[in-house]
Amino acid sequence: MNETTDHSALCAEHLRYVLRIADGSLILAQRLSEWCGHGPVLEEDIALTNIALDLLGQARLLLSHAGRLEDRGRDEDALAYLRDEGDFLNPTLVELPNGDFAQTILRTFLYASWQQVLWEPLLESRDPTLAAIAAKSRKETRYHCEHLAEWVIRLGDGTAESHARTQAALHYLHPYVAELFASDADDAAAAAAGIGPEPATLRTAWDAAVLPVLAEATLEVPPVTPFRSTGRLGRHSEYLGFLLAEMQSLARAHPGATW
Amino acid sequence: MTHDAAWAALAAVPDPEIPAISIVDLGIVRAVECDGGQVTITVTPTYAGCPATELIREDITRALRDAGAASVTVRTVLSPPWTTDWLSEDTKARLAAAGIAPPQARADDAARPLVFRPRIRCPRCGSAHTEQLSAFGATACKALYRCADCREPFEYFKPI
Repeated sequence: MNETTDHSALCAEHLRYVLRIADGSLILAQRLSEWCGHGPVLEEDIALTNIALDLLGQARLLLSHAGRLEDRGRDEDALAYLRDEGDFLNPTLVELPNGDFAQTILRTFLYASWQQVLWEPLLESRDPTLAAIAAKSRKETRYHCEHLAEWVIRLGDGTAESHARTQAALHYLHPYVAELFASDADDAAAAAAGIGPEPATLRTAWDAAVLPVLAEATLEVPPVTPFRSTGRLGRHSEYLGFLLAEMQSLARAHPGATW
Repeated sequence: MTHDAAWAALAAVPDPEIPAISIVDLGIVRAVECDGGQVTITVTPTYAGCPATELIREDITRALRDAGAASVTVRTVLSPPWTTDWLSEDTKARLAAAGIAPPQARADDAARPLVFRPRIRCPRCGSAHTEQLSAFGATACKALYRCADCREPFEYFKPI
């Protein structure tokens, strides 16, 4: 391989590494925004949509950066609104339906905790833009984790009904957690180039952040299964297509629309 | 346009969501460069998704044009990330006077436990006998509290 080939190969892996993080924020933002006007109480309606707004802010910064890395003239809007399902690289966990409030809170807590342990090593990234986005997002994610952890404990260690719903949510969501820590060749190449950590290396820190909260919430962690979801490879659950159809409908029906 | 004149014009631009303080007080103006009539302003966002960012860019451009700048460029930087630790004591006092409790903790306190409820002082009566009503508020940067003594609700500027 000559030097140019090496460089462009790394660019492709670098781009996918950034898109995986960007799409995770974008798709979870879209899911949480579905709660707008539907929260169980006004305060939590505001909380979920504020978290959605922060995630959308992360996604905008990351997708703009991905567009520059790709260097094909696609901006944040083109990447969010004009890519097809198979081009999205978010982990499957974030595209699953919201379910009830317990499932929404628990899923967001599991993913925000993963973001929290991702931002720390990304501060040292050799990609200075990615490091700056991590430094910015880390503080916002921390506040999300605080709020979400309180709710996980309140729901899990609450009434028989709230406990049963939260435990059922953990049973439903838990198989999709494994993907967050499954590294592939793209991750390995990005890690070797100093762009960011391999997801497998984040497991210990995530366990240390999440397991005590689940224990305090009196939730039983299900056994690990061999199932691996594949959203980060672009192979998604049946839910993402419907989500994108709604999220992208206006931009595709009215290209270039502004207001 | 002089450097001082540009800073003075910016110090008169209120934050669109918290008009009691200016964008300079808020700490989001990171640099001012003047080259004749060409002015370049560097800003940093408070929150990554803050919807006021676009409006602030327009307000900056208008204020500097009105002050005599021939052309205005507003550029955005992310690093170092904005923090409430940059708010001056004077700015915090003006937030409190406007009924918004200023941040009452350092943003960079990594030792704070995950679930943490500090006692926030009421900006109206000074009581620490307050409770959180909502962890999130009308803008990304604020939470909502209530004072158990004077019974008034108030906003709290979250340390970040």
